[in-house]
Amino acid sequence: MNPPLVHKAWWLSGAVALLLLGVCGLGPLLALLHEGGLGAAPLWQDAYLRHVVQFSVLQAGLSTLLSLGLAIPVARALHRRHFPGRGLLLRLFGISLVLPVIIALFGLVAVHGQQGWLPRLLASAGIQTGSYLYGLGGILLAHLFFNMPLAARWLLFALEAVPAENWRLASQLGMKSGALWRLLEWPALRGQLAPLASLIFVLCFSSFTTVMALGGGPGATTLEVAVYQALRFDFELDTAAQLALWHLLLCGAALALHHQLAAPTPGQQHRSLRASRPDTRHWLGLGIDCFWLSLALLLFIPPLLAIVSSGLKPQLWQALTSRQLWASLLTSLQIGLGASLLACALSLGLLFSSRHLRQRLGRPHAATLLESSGSLILLIPTAVLSTGLFILLLPVADVFGLGFWLVMLLNGLACLPYTVRTLQPALQQAVVRYDRLAMSLGLQGWSRWRYLEWPLLRDALGRAMALAAIFSLGDLGAVAMFGSDELQTLPWLLFQQLGSYRLDDAAATALLLLLLCTGLLWLVERGFGDPR
Amino acid sequence: MSALHETMPAPVAASYPASEVTTDLALHCQDLALSRDGERFCFSFDLYPGELLVLVGPSGAGKSTLLDLLGGFITADSGALLWQQQPLQSLPPAERPFTTLFQSHNLFDHLSVQQNIGLGVRPDLRLSAGQWQQVSAAAERLGLSELISRLPTQLSGGQQQRVALARSLVRQRPFLLLDEPFSALDPALRHEMLKEVQQLAHQQQIGILLISHHPEEARQVADRIALLQEGEIRFCGAVSELDNATNNDMARYLGRRS
Repeated sequence: MNPPLVHKAWWLSGAVALLLLGVCGLGPLLALLHEGGLGAAPLWQDAYLRHVVQFSVLQAGLSTLLSLGLAIPVARALHRRHFPGRGLLLRLFGISLVLPVIIALFGLVAVHGQQGWLPRLLASAGIQTGSYLYGLGGILLAHLFFNMPLAARWLLFALEAVPAENWRLASQLGMKSGALWRLLEWPALRGQLAPLASLIFVLCFSSFTTVMALGGGPGATTLEVAVYQALRFDFELDTAAQLALWHLLLCGAALALHHQLAAPTPGQQHRSLRASRPDTRHWLGLGIDCFWLSLALLLFIPPLLAIVSSGLKPQLWQALTSRQLWASLLTSLQIGLGASLLACALSLGLLFSSRHLRQRLGRPHAATLLESSGSLILLIPTAVLSTGLFILLLPVADVFGLGFWLVMLLNGLACLPYTVRTLQPALQQAVVRYDRLAMSLGLQGWSRWRYLEWPLLRDALGRAMALAAIFSLGDLGAVAMFGSDELQTLPWLLFQQLGSYRLDDAAATALLLLLLCTGLLWLVERGFGDPR
Repeated sequence: MSALHETMPAPVAASYPASEVTTDLALHCQDLALSRDGERFCFSFDLYPGELLVLVGPSGAGKSTLLDLLGGFITADSGALLWQQQPLQSLPPAERPFTTLFQSHNLFDHLSVQQNIGLGVRPDLRLSAGQWQQVSAAAERLGLSELISRLPTQLSGGQQQRVALARSLVRQRPFLLLDEPFSALDPALRHEMLKEVQQLAHQQQIGILLISHHPEEARQVADRIALLQEGEIRFCGAVSELDNATNNDMARYLGRRS
């Protein structure tokens, strides 16, 4: 399509953002590969490497299977039953997606750790459980905690997308539970399973905080954590380079598969009419639904309760007076603010160019490619990025002194996919709805920003910044490389407190972090002033 | 009025800053061509100040493409677009002598009626007291005085298009391009709006190109009528052609409709 004779510099913002992404993403990777060398032993000759790859794939595969296996009956039960608290449960399921991993781990430790609720409860009944939270079992438990709610919500929305008329028709035809499953539910769920499974696999495969806190020994480590350990503790560049390459390869393959399988995500249906299913009366179905729902609740609710209830203990007030805690809070806030500003600036840079490509030049594929360049950086383990930056900066600067800025940079890059996705619709809308009008009125430069872009963008920008801040506030990956006595963030402090079983101190840190994140999340949901 | 173009020249269009006074005030579109998605468009016609030219044709014939080309939202591959001996093709949309009314989204939903009209005077909205006065006058002329501080979403569809018309008044461009802007309104209101537009053409000496799906509309208000088919203007002439088609394409177009 022939473009209009304005917007001559449309490519500039995207090019600048892309350049920065390239320098910050590919630069460190190449530096590490250069330093580490590629001549080392291939996968099948190195027993340690082989073991790590096997364990990474195994835990991710098992986590995916378990999450989906539990999520399918739970989604079905949630669709079939409407009970008090159902809406709240779904909201909690949604919150678990943005809850920082390290806070949830605190809850899991409080429930399942050696001194946790469940082992003590069982011990009082005469059953000794031993410690089951560390190693493969604990990793699977934590991954189930995070991904089952995600999958259950997703599948529930898929079920709700079945038109109400279909359920009425089924009632009229006298379908029983089995027939409903075969003819209505399975066809609705089937298309969603593959993309959902590949997404959960990728999430678990590159899960860092969970594995570092609950695994970590040579027996239970994933590629991403192994890279971190090789770099932070042994400074073995060649091992790290090898591990990183394998991570890149496998994660890239899984992500590519996910994009191949990607189906449109079912959105939540705002239907006033509740689907009237014919199979809600039978006692057997009721029993089955109760079983699966109880199982899900027992897995999901106690850790959340543990986080809140630990905040009610009297020791909390003492822990809250710690100067270290408030210093970490300040650092976390500064890094969070910087990271979200960086992420939003880079996203806007990419999106201003990509929307021109998509809407004015009619090249949607190029636009999507440009937008997804922000996500590609997630393929590179944070430890690789930080080490690469370390190697690059070592000759020219005091790297440990720069830790604060590097953590900010890495956090900002890591939340790009979220900010891009949040800002994209508002920016597209400005062009789709108003571009010709703005052009014909001569709205350009500052006027265009002031009267067109900003009013449409304001709300999304606020939400994107809050989301990025939530991510950065809860992130452990970057600060794990550069964290020290001088550089303490809340997650890093919490990680150390959990590691040394100072649970009272950890409770205060977790509560503070939780309040911050839920406060920000509340802002996200409330919005920042509706443009209309 | 149907033979208006034969009695040119007409008075100078309202107050558009014309660089020099010339005798030829018409817009000339000569073989303005564009290929896209395997389709070829080629447009030739003239538009005179003070006339209402209604363009009819089947959907997909290229009516909206023509308006996009004139407005400068896309650029042509070849051909000429001339006004006062000046080629318009190299001008960005805002500097062309047109105001376009689209089918929808003519207003910024987040700005008030007053601001929406004011953007037509200056796109940075830094208006002097006199210019705001101008905005109020335009609003009053279209019966919008009571609604001046409302948001577009609080108005009916007809009121929204009136706001857009008011803005086209303050923009003071010699030509107005209308892309079925009233198609969503009910028949009585549509008729009223069409009469309003016809008055604008005749009183303010604005040349208006109106795209329509309804040949009936054309009969009611048009000074001349044009038929667009398969990317070309096949007929351009008197409205009486609608009742007594001599042109083959026009006869076929009307016949297919009945």
